[in-house]
Amino acid sequence: MPLIEVTDLRKQYGNRVAVDGVSFTVERGEIFGILGTNGAGKTTTVECLQGLRRADGGTISVLGLDPAADHTELTRRVGVQLQESQLPAKLRVREALELFASFYPQPADIDVLLDQLDLRDHARSYFGKLSGGQKQRVSIALALVGQPELAILDELTTGLDPHARRETWQLVEGVRAAGVTVLLVTHFMDEAERLCDRVAIFDAGRVVATGTPTELRAAAGASTLDDAFVSLTRSAR
Amino acid sequence: MSTLTKITATETKIFLRSPFMAIAGVLLPSVLLLAIGAIPGMTEPSEKTGGYRFIDAWVPSLVVISLAMLALQSIPAAVAAYREQGVLRRLATTPVHPANLLVAQLVIHVVVALAGIALLLGLANAVYDVPLPKHALMFVVTLLLGLVSTFSLGLITASVAGTAKSANGLAMVTFVPIMFFGGVYLPRPLLPPVLQRIGDYVPPGSQPLQDTWVGTGVQPLQLVALAAFAVLGTALAARLFRWE
Repeated sequence: MPLIEVTDLRKQYGNRVAVDGVSFTVERGEIFGILGTNGAGKTTTVECLQGLRRADGGTISVLGLDPAADHTELTRRVGVQLQESQLPAKLRVREALELFASFYPQPADIDVLLDQLDLRDHARSYFGKLSGGQKQRVSIALALVGQPELAILDELTTGLDPHARRETWQLVEGVRAAGVTVLLVTHFMDEAERLCDRVAIFDAGRVVATGTPTELRAAAGASTLDDAFVSLTRSAR
Repeated sequence: MSTLTKITATETKIFLRSPFMAIAGVLLPSVLLLAIGAIPGMTEPSEKTGGYRFIDAWVPSLVVISLAMLALQSIPAAVAAYREQGVLRRLATTPVHPANLLVAQLVIHVVVALAGIALLLGLANAVYDVPLPKHALMFVVTLLLGLVSTFSLGLITASVAGTAKSANGLAMVTFVPIMFFGGVYLPRPLLPPVLQRIGDYVPPGSQPLQDTWVGTGVQPLQLVALAAFAVLGTALAARLFRWE
């Protein structure tokens, strides 16, 4: 049974259709990429998966649960890193981890987590004083502190410099190696190509293609995933 | 330690690390009391106030300042900042309901308000012989009603303000009238009778506070009005509240 199964998901805000019949599955242990331009329906889809929004139609199963009905149970087993989510500036890194750890039944060891994410030297730093890359590592640490089966990472490397991006990619591979399934939301093709086992390409609220980066390149007759993405999303318009 | 306790402890640390509000909330009413007391004539009985000293009339108004600042400005700004930064949304993806954060903020602000009021009463009594509230029990009941009703007005602002900046602007809509009716800008005995009457019934309840203070007996309708503000305000805030 797939870890995530989405069938014919629909969601609209007023007259604007944000998600228009989306279906895909994610297998246990995968790094699965959701790709698309801004406004393609990625974030809405992910919010429905988390139970933060109620779908207008279709079915969703995450870890065998219905996100709308079993929200609390789901939050215990899914770790989330949100796009543009901050912490209070005057909160120290270790305090943030300890606080979030107290929310979960089986939290990770905070010292181990600090080492894994290279945050040991910043454990006593205020969140507001950290660099963009360090903040992003804290954000990932918070997504992992509950020892989740699934980690949802949204626009993970936006705003990071090339070094910080590569370090973050290694972290994600480490997370998967530890047995966590990863759902990666991104609009960076190089990131998807490097990390993802399979991707779903979103365009205007629909999934226009699903497959491995190699399959998608071949299907579009493109040499890079970037070219494949442009060709696939343009033909759908 | 329960989750709410843990969140409240953490929030308290954060609150105290930018201590302006804590210091202002606790000390400002007392500092103003000393400033007013230093003005000649303020501590002498006056005909205009029916034999009361101005300083006696000011003390309940100083209670208003502390409450209005904490409830109508500090809480909305704090909650709106958490909304703006995505903290509330982030919390919604954990097993803990983000309402815990609101409760923690309320607890912290209420404690600061009570500390400021206690210091004010103690000081007024020790320095200016302003008598302590005569009907102590009714004073506490009235104070709590006033506190809850004022905070519920603050929660309305906190519910709708999208950013900390807009919270500061929106807060003025309630802050200025509450300060005015509470007799902060002008002592209440000097306000025109109509405005005095309105002031009798709006949070934080300057008049019933004063009545329990001097022991003239409180008008039940004024307490009912405060309770109504508290219930309707909280209900409206809950209805308008947005997590993001």
